[in-house]
Amino acid sequence: MHELSICGSIADIVRRHAADRQVETIHVQVGQLRQIVPDTLVYCWSLVSAETGLSGSVLAVESVRARITCHACGSTTEIDEFPVLRCGTCGGADVAVVAGDEFMITSLELAEV
Amino acid sequence: MGRFHRHDDGTVHEHDDEHPSDRATGTSESEHGDHSAYETARERVQVLERIFDENDRTAALNRSAFLDNGICAVNLMSSPGAGKTTLLRETLARLTPTVRVGVVEGDIETAIDADRLAGFGASISLVNTGAGFGGECHLDAPMVRSALARLPLADLELVLIENVGNLVCPAEFDVGAFAGAMVYSVTDGEDKPLKYPVMFRAVELVVINKIDLLPHLDYDLAAFRTNLAAVNPAAATIEMSARTGDGVDAWCDWLIAHMAEIRQGRPPARDQALDGSSR
Repeated sequence: MHELSICGSIADIVRRHAADRQVETIHVQVGQLRQIVPDTLVYCWSLVSAETGLSGSVLAVESVRARITCHACGSTTEIDEFPVLRCGTCGGADVAVVAGDEFMITSLELAEV
Repeated sequence: MGRFHRHDDGTVHEHDDEHPSDRATGTSESEHGDHSAYETARERVQVLERIFDENDRTAALNRSAFLDNGICAVNLMSSPGAGKTTLLRETLARLTPTVRVGVVEGDIETAIDADRLAGFGASISLVNTGAGFGGECHLDAPMVRSALARLPLADLELVLIENVGNLVCPAEFDVGAFAGAMVYSVTDGEDKPLKYPVMFRAVELVVINKIDLLPHLDYDLAAFRTNLAAVNPAAATIEMSARTGDGVDAWCDWLIAHMAEIRQGRPPARDQALDGSSR
């Protein structure tokens, strides 16, 4: 699955920001509209980070709920699990995603020097 | 450099992009960052870096390479066995006499698909994605970039990128194409748009393939169209049997229309629907 190659990208970003300090926790945001499975991501991280300088670090995944705004009526709708992006007020389908497609590293927790 | 600012709760931090929630509600509710612990900033390093940034930078380079050469690039995606390679064969048979076509062929282990496409006069660049743990399930922008280095871009008008057969992973990776198209087979079932909404949202066109099998299947085409409209109301569709050739001309017309848009300088759309600024 693509979580494995994504973990390679995560490792590159983490190494650049951590310099040579030991990383304890990596905080990652994953929007609900992303097809990233948090458990798979955490498992793949354990594989990718093993026997590297990042071994033992933990991915802390924060899920971000999807929200859309409607171009027709302007209202905002929080999306539950169903994949249909439709305005909760007027039922319109001409909508913009305002949250839920995040996929970023927000911060690192580093061990005391 | 980002900008420092202070939230109502007294935390101070820095980043390049705005807080959508700040504008909407005046709170520091987590929208794109974890704002909970900046008082221990000595131990906590703020990153706020999108994980697909590197891929997307390379995708932008691919897009520029296509545009600089006046090439229309289409990212072709599907489930395994839906008929991408058969459609490509039929497409090359119709177009290569008049259109200079390049193909980027993604496949996990073999050159079988590339062999099936040989002999039509198209330039074919194979990307074997089997280098990782058990092979990659998608093409990403760097893989396409390396494949483009083996194509005579200056001589081409159309590049068809045959992605790895998979309804999940390819939708997550921008490769720099001008448009995304999907080959969907009626044997995949009517419910697929609801099960793989990201893929169905990522494309401008859904080719509904293998319609020659409809008399033999309990398949409800109207139900499929309802499901597709629910997740991507803007998607165009072409009903097709790549085997009998039914609908292939309509697909070729769609490609030719997109090539004309490139020649006329229409700015390229991303090949993904999920291109939000927060990505």
